[in-house]
Amino acid sequence: MAESRPAARPLSPHLQIYRWSWTMAMSIAHRATGSALYGGTLLIALWLIAAASGPAAYETAQWIAGSFLGRLVLFGYTFVLLHHMVGGLRHFVWDLGHGFDPQTRTNLAKYSVVVSGALTVLVWLIALTR
Amino acid sequence: MAEFNLPQNSRLTEGKAWPKPAGAKKVTEFKIYRWNPDDTANPRTDTYYVDRDDCGPMVLDALIWIKNKVDPTLTFRRSCREGICGSCAMNMDGKNGLACTTGIDECGARGKVAIYPLPHMPVVKDLVPDLTRFYAQHASIEPWLKTTTPAPEKEWKQAKDDREKLDGLYECILCACCSTSCPSYWWNGDRYLGPAALLQAYRWLIDSRDEATGERLDNLEDPFRLYRCHTIMNCANACPKGLNPAKAIAEVKKMMVARQV
Repeated sequence: MAESRPAARPLSPHLQIYRWSWTMAMSIAHRATGSALYGGTLLIALWLIAAASGPAAYETAQWIAGSFLGRLVLFGYTFVLLHHMVGGLRHFVWDLGHGFDPQTRTNLAKYSVVVSGALTVLVWLIALTR
Repeated sequence: MAEFNLPQNSRLTEGKAWPKPAGAKKVTEFKIYRWNPDDTANPRTDTYYVDRDDCGPMVLDALIWIKNKVDPTLTFRRSCREGICGSCAMNMDGKNGLACTTGIDECGARGKVAIYPLPHMPVVKDLVPDLTRFYAQHASIEPWLKTTTPAPEKEWKQAKDDREKLDGLYECILCACCSTSCPSYWWNGDRYLGPAALLQAYRWLIDSRDEATGERLDNLEDPFRLYRCHTIMNCANACPKGLNPAKAIAEVKKMMVARQV
């Protein structure tokens, strides 16, 4: 050992140790729902293709969408869509320069879950009882 | 692209548990990040037990107690012990802050106090991160008064109202708690300036005496430098001085729009 070189500096832990906050959780949720919506748009496209392909294909698409599993996926899609929309409104408020004090920013993040959950249930109540 | 896992040489291992102080009645457990540049071992977390009846109330008091009484090799930065120098910034109980203004009892939620260096930074030793890039980013926003009109005979005057616009900005002590709490800064710290530098940028942008506003905005008009801020708000949650970098950044974004309409 003619010479010794200092060891390469390690990177300090980050995501592994940082305590989650509401604003942090809702930020990543906004991104996750945004990505998931690509899948949702694909579902709509498939449904439109089925509708354009004729009565038989449309019938099949409707049957799949109406099955238990289909409805479960659609329920999830509804929540993802509404959560992303409410998140978008939250960011709109922030981008206008409002809602930055500690209590308000946390509440905005917290209530976007509550509001999007409530809206999802509302949409399905209307859909199922109509 | 964001790399969520730690590199191979940075993964944590279980370190050693140091003996409990003999005869102590009130003991608090500390789990502290250790890394020594003089050997080739990975970072580890050592466990220490602090005699609370023999130690002051702040996390910094506990670190000094450990260094004096248990393990003199424990390395950390500290200076003023009153929240104005910013040296003892670190991650305590999962949140960034100054060890000197964070009470030990504020961190006790999980029964023990976990202490790490500021997140996602190269570690020099133990709790000491390398802040070279952080300081370079601060320098890049040119944090000084820039004028083109000839200097007045005495001082540059400022109305009271204009001076008040600097409140909540000038108090920044550059401790790096905010920037290193920001996931966007974790993933893109090489190109995103981070909350601390951007708060300072805004401090000069709204200074009524400064005459380089357009030039300063040009320098920030970039998909990464400014716009990697996604209002995650960890910065505002972390700031030990109670400042709001997230709001300052939002104001800069508003100035960007305002100058185009």
